[in-house]
Amino acid sequence: MQTFEYTIKDSLGIHVRPAGQLAQLAKEKKSTITIKLDDKEADTTKLFAVMALAVKCGNTITVTVDGEDEEEAAAEVKKFLEENL
Amino acid sequence: MIPCKGIGINDYIAIGRAKVIVNHTDDDYPVKADNPKKEIERLHKAQEVAKTELQKLHDKTLETVGPDDALIFEMHQMMLDDVEFTEMIENEINNNSSSAEHAVIVARDNFSSMLLALNDDYMSQRADDVKDISGRLLDCLSNADSKAEGEEESDVPLIICAEDLLPSQVVSMDLDSVKAIALGKGSKNSHASILANSFGFASVVNLGDVFTNAAVNGCVVIVDGKKGEVVINPDKETLLEAKQLEIAQKKHLAHLQELKGQKAITKDGKEVELAANIGGPEDIPGVIENDADGIGLFRSEFIYLGVDDYPTEEEQFVIYKNVLEKMEGKRVVVRTLDIGSDKSADYFKLDEEENPALGLRAIRLCFSRDGLLGTQLRALFRASVYGRLAIMFPMIANVWEVERLIEICNQVKADLKSEGVKYDDNVEIGIMIETPAAALISDQLAPLVDFFSVGTNDLTQYTLACDRQNPNLIPFCDTHHDAVLSLIERAANAAHENDAWIGICGELANDSALTEQFLRMGIDELSMASSHILKIKDIVLNIDLSKKEKPTTTEIIVDDVLKK
Repeated sequence: MQTFEYTIKDSLGIHVRPAGQLAQLAKEKKSTITIKLDDKEADTTKLFAVMALAVKCGNTITVTVDGEDEEEAAAEVKKFLEENL
Repeated sequence: MIPCKGIGINDYIAIGRAKVIVNHTDDDYPVKADNPKKEIERLHKAQEVAKTELQKLHDKTLETVGPDDALIFEMHQMMLDDVEFTEMIENEINNNSSSAEHAVIVARDNFSSMLLALNDDYMSQRADDVKDISGRLLDCLSNADSKAEGEEESDVPLIICAEDLLPSQVVSMDLDSVKAIALGKGSKNSHASILANSFGFASVVNLGDVFTNAAVNGCVVIVDGKKGEVVINPDKETLLEAKQLEIAQKKHLAHLQELKGQKAITKDGKEVELAANIGGPEDIPGVIENDADGIGLFRSEFIYLGVDDYPTEEEQFVIYKNVLEKMEGKRVVVRTLDIGSDKSADYFKLDEEENPALGLRAIRLCFSRDGLLGTQLRALFRASVYGRLAIMFPMIANVWEVERLIEICNQVKADLKSEGVKYDDNVEIGIMIETPAAALISDQLAPLVDFFSVGTNDLTQYTLACDRQNPNLIPFCDTHHDAVLSLIERAANAAHENDAWIGICGELANDSALTEQFLRMGIDELSMASSHILKIKDIVLNIDLSKKEKPTTTEIIVDDVLKK
């Protein structure tokens, strides 16, 4: 299991488009990728669940990647977050 | 053959097959269905169709408007793709023997209230997107059924028939296949009508229940905007006659296309600027397509409507900059916020007024609210370095109003200067002439400003004391009334005596019957919906002002009244 933290820099927070792109990325991976904010958690393949976290600019999320391709998947998610959020 | 009388929105004629749009309410759909397997199948089919539609809308918007506006359709595709959304619909069908339609409604309400409950502005707006994609799914579900009844897609032009349409429904029409719009309800000034006209659809509205009940998918329909008539299932003679007119119209339109690139100059050499009226950056493609000389009216209130809070300086700046850059140095006249209790957004928290047209609107409202106008002017002046900006103030009736507005402009410029922010010092400042008072004291107003623009819709309503939204007043609301025309002439004379220019940005600007008279008055600019520009250019090119003067309006009427 891979875990890392990321602080959102996009002024809108996690908005629909990057959340949708993240869902697409997560669906292509074998690992389960979840985002946690405070005590709420969401599977990133689920767009509305991620939206329901209402992650704002400046919030720090915890990303957990668990599965057989976790190393590769974690690296990709990290890159995606840095480039888009 | 069923002829129906209505109100023509433009002069176009079109023949095609009816595509009926019914705006369903939730109660129109069955709640239960016997065969869950069949409902799931229907759902999947509808999802596929919806996704294809969204992809098409995305591509079309990307091409014609730009990536920012296309984004919404990409977002909708992503939402439709969501696993949980689909799961909830399927579970509802399987567990409660619901119809696919009812299951979509259940999921819609669940997800939209979930988003609203987040108490977050951005997410609350997404609740509307959930409603939008659900509405699309519901449409796809009912359309799939009606197509199964033997209607196939073809190259035949479509006539959209409905009781009424939402502005968003007009915007999403396929410009390639839709040729006309016919509505049972609606008025000439309703938002849907204005949009239909700006897209160049032949349009007749207010056709009544006879029309709404008689129009069925696939029947042959003639929409004649000039006559203000729609004929359902015409007989052979009527159809051939309409076809002739349609062919002549096509030829005329082709002729108009050839006028692109030419200046609007009369035979004797008088040039007039033909500009476009817009509501936002999304109208720019039409402006360029129709070869406008500039933008004579950018209705900035559209930036304030349809949002949940006052637009920030930065948000406004981005929009103005975008429009100025796209117009590449051609003049863009932005009218400052023209809002009042008849046209408002909730966050303004305006008091209800008995007479909103005579109420606390436009600059009157701006004067009563600190910062409202200042924010807009800061955004405008900051954007002014990206093109040729002109600022226009609406609803002027007094000299002191203009003096105060100029003071506010100077204050904003001084602030920007002290902050080291760049702006263009040559931004033209002008006012709307839309109250009879402004026209009558135009000689006092003209020395203060660079230009006038006549808002003929309001000027007519205030001069003739006729509410323009009231259909019962149509016989009294003569837009060619001598009183209105002589007020315009008076303002034109005052402008020119003071080295100011004068334009017309109301509906009369595209009234070809008045073009020559306006040119004789010395009107310098006519600003109208882009779709009218080439038509008026054609008229201007055929005018010869050196030839016999048509009798124009006389100053006498107004002056006589004043003397008594």
